[in-house]
Amino acid sequence: MLEVNDLHVSVGDREILKGFTLKVAAGEVAAIMGPNGTGKSTLSYVIAGREGYTITRGEILLNGVNLLDLAPHMRAANGVFLAFQYPVEIPGVACMQFLKAAMNAQRRSRGDEEINTPEFMKRVREESEKLKISQEMLRRPLNSGFSGGEKKRMEILQMALLQPKLSILDETDSGLDIDALKTVSEGVNSLRNPARGFLIITHYQRLLDYIKPDTVHVMAQGRIQKSGGAELALELEKHGYQNYVSNEAA
Amino acid sequence: MAALQETVTHVASLDAKAYKYGFTTNIESEKAPKGLNEDIVRFISAKKNEPDWLTQWRLAAYQRWLTMSEPNWARVHYPKIDYQDLYYYSAPKSTPGPKTIDDVDPELLRTYEKLGIPLREQEILAGVQTRKVAVDAVFDSVSVATTFKEELAKAGVIFCPISEAVHTHPELVQKYLGSVVPVTDNYFATLNSAVFSDGSFVYIPKGVRCPMELSTYFRINEQNTGQFERTLIIADCDSYVSYLEGCTAPKRDENQLHAAVVELVALDNAQIKYSTVQNWYPGDSDGRGGIYNFVTKRGDCRGDNSHISWTQVETGSAITWKYPSCILRGNNSQGEFYSIAVSNGHQQVDSGTKMIHLGKNTKSRIVSKGISAGKSQNTYRGLVSAHRKAVGSRNFTQCDSLLIGQSCSAHTIPYIEAKNNHLQFEHEATTSKISDEQLFYAMQRGLSAEDATALIVNGFVREVLQQLPMEFAVEAQKLISISLEGSVG
Repeated sequence: MLEVNDLHVSVGDREILKGFTLKVAAGEVAAIMGPNGTGKSTLSYVIAGREGYTITRGEILLNGVNLLDLAPHMRAANGVFLAFQYPVEIPGVACMQFLKAAMNAQRRSRGDEEINTPEFMKRVREESEKLKISQEMLRRPLNSGFSGGEKKRMEILQMALLQPKLSILDETDSGLDIDALKTVSEGVNSLRNPARGFLIITHYQRLLDYIKPDTVHVMAQGRIQKSGGAELALELEKHGYQNYVSNEAA
Repeated sequence: MAALQETVTHVASLDAKAYKYGFTTNIESEKAPKGLNEDIVRFISAKKNEPDWLTQWRLAAYQRWLTMSEPNWARVHYPKIDYQDLYYYSAPKSTPGPKTIDDVDPELLRTYEKLGIPLREQEILAGVQTRKVAVDAVFDSVSVATTFKEELAKAGVIFCPISEAVHTHPELVQKYLGSVVPVTDNYFATLNSAVFSDGSFVYIPKGVRCPMELSTYFRINEQNTGQFERTLIIADCDSYVSYLEGCTAPKRDENQLHAAVVELVALDNAQIKYSTVQNWYPGDSDGRGGIYNFVTKRGDCRGDNSHISWTQVETGSAITWKYPSCILRGNNSQGEFYSIAVSNGHQQVDSGTKMIHLGKNTKSRIVSKGISAGKSQNTYRGLVSAHRKAVGSRNFTQCDSLLIGQSCSAHTIPYIEAKNNHLQFEHEATTSKISDEQLFYAMQRGLSAEDATALIVNGFVREVLQQLPMEFAVEAQKLISISLEGSVG
């Protein structure tokens, strides 16, 4: 479903992704692990379409559609979802209002009808209960004054409602205590199905204890250095990333 | 960043096309000759068949005006206005004071229909509009129709053109006219006093809660015509009224002058809620044309425990010079000012409020949200002052500015004067830009750059929108999106 081929990306004069290639099949949960500063967040931003990156070579295909041709909101409508490492606060815009605006915007982009209010309320209620998100929290402005855990749960709620084809989780475990980590992981696991792909970006093995990956990829120096199964994550936990960063300062 | 850049470019490319109300009504009108002199003042007074006291009042204002000079302290720039090159009176020819809606020229009715202002009561009753709102429609210099007059009269509420009130309720007009904004107040108010043409008059008797929203809809149609309305609202003891004014004008290449005066009087325990949705033509993308909106609005909380609240959504006009104010004279009286001022293109806004604390334990609250885009200039200018007798008075001021793009500017100029030690004044101000992070986040969830901007802006102004009557809040929200995007809504 996701195919990244020979992707080269620079910020200013500095090349960050240097021939990055990766395939994620439908139904697959792929974990990308690697030390700081190897371009993991750049990869997630480039897939989602954030400005400020120069793509010098390569392509990103989602079910055959070249994402690089699409504006960020059209990528979202095509099924790309990014759970942010640092979710952004939008003062004055209630979570409910934002959720509805996002769902309807995607539906409009795809030429579908807008969701009606009772249906919307029902879906939000179902999904927010699973994530232990209170009705009170949904009335507050999006992410404003939320704790780290609340912000991450709100990301997963959006993911559950938007039903993306490809979900990218960027350091979703950072800043979470063990209970929040469990809630968030359960949320992700409940969305796993044969039609969906996940790209999980993380430093640590910890998150992968809860979300079992099908494949693990070690990323360093702007490309994948090694790929394997879930056992690769355990090996990294033991030996660190030193074998992959030896010939260049990280 | 490009996403933001795209929005900025889009906003910059916005011109008059986005202004929906720019059409002109072809209707014959009767005008006074161009220019201003004593004869013109007498002409206007004679047209309205005014009593002698009012003619003299106007003439005194005119004499005073000749001795004054135009204020130049505001952060706005415009070529000198030639006051002899304007028409001071214009009336649609076919309406020598309509008695019922059937006497109103159908062309005028169509104009208001196009603007979405129903003037036929039966249409309103048939559910064209969800809630009953009584409307006074002012076209150029005269009031063309006032709806629901009879129903209001049953409650004892007087709602009519001020030119009519001069004849039907002379004692009230004479008592209150100029009592809040004196004839000598300022250059534009004095000019208005000399040549004011029409406007609305409202009187709410003691103990009456006005049974519906009252509204005046101002429309400038004629070319080279100044519009000088005069609105006077009196809320007698223990009464309540909510009033809304809306404004639009056709697109014209030359600037048009609008110098209105609004006076509010709240007696003991009375409350007046005054909301404005101002959408005068702002001029085109090169800054040609547009309305000069030089308006004096002031409310007098004359009685104890009285309460006046101003809410304004300002999206139009080439230049806005406007400071709706409250004189907190009665003990325990309260004044509020909630404002959203959106400027785009070449618009210039210098707006704010004055809260004058005179009575004991008086309270005021100011929430101002300025949004600047394009090449516009947006200034908040506010005065909070307390007399030495105004012990226990409190003010809270919050001024937030939001910038969109690189070529606009926002300024906050607060003046604070405290003449006693027993009071509490707070002032908070922020200036922010829509961040690339916010835009990208919203776009990642599926919103286009324009929709994302509109959503973020609406979040920014939410606190003020909540002060507007429900239907108008929805309208205002759309209006803000349109003024910023030209594509949404």
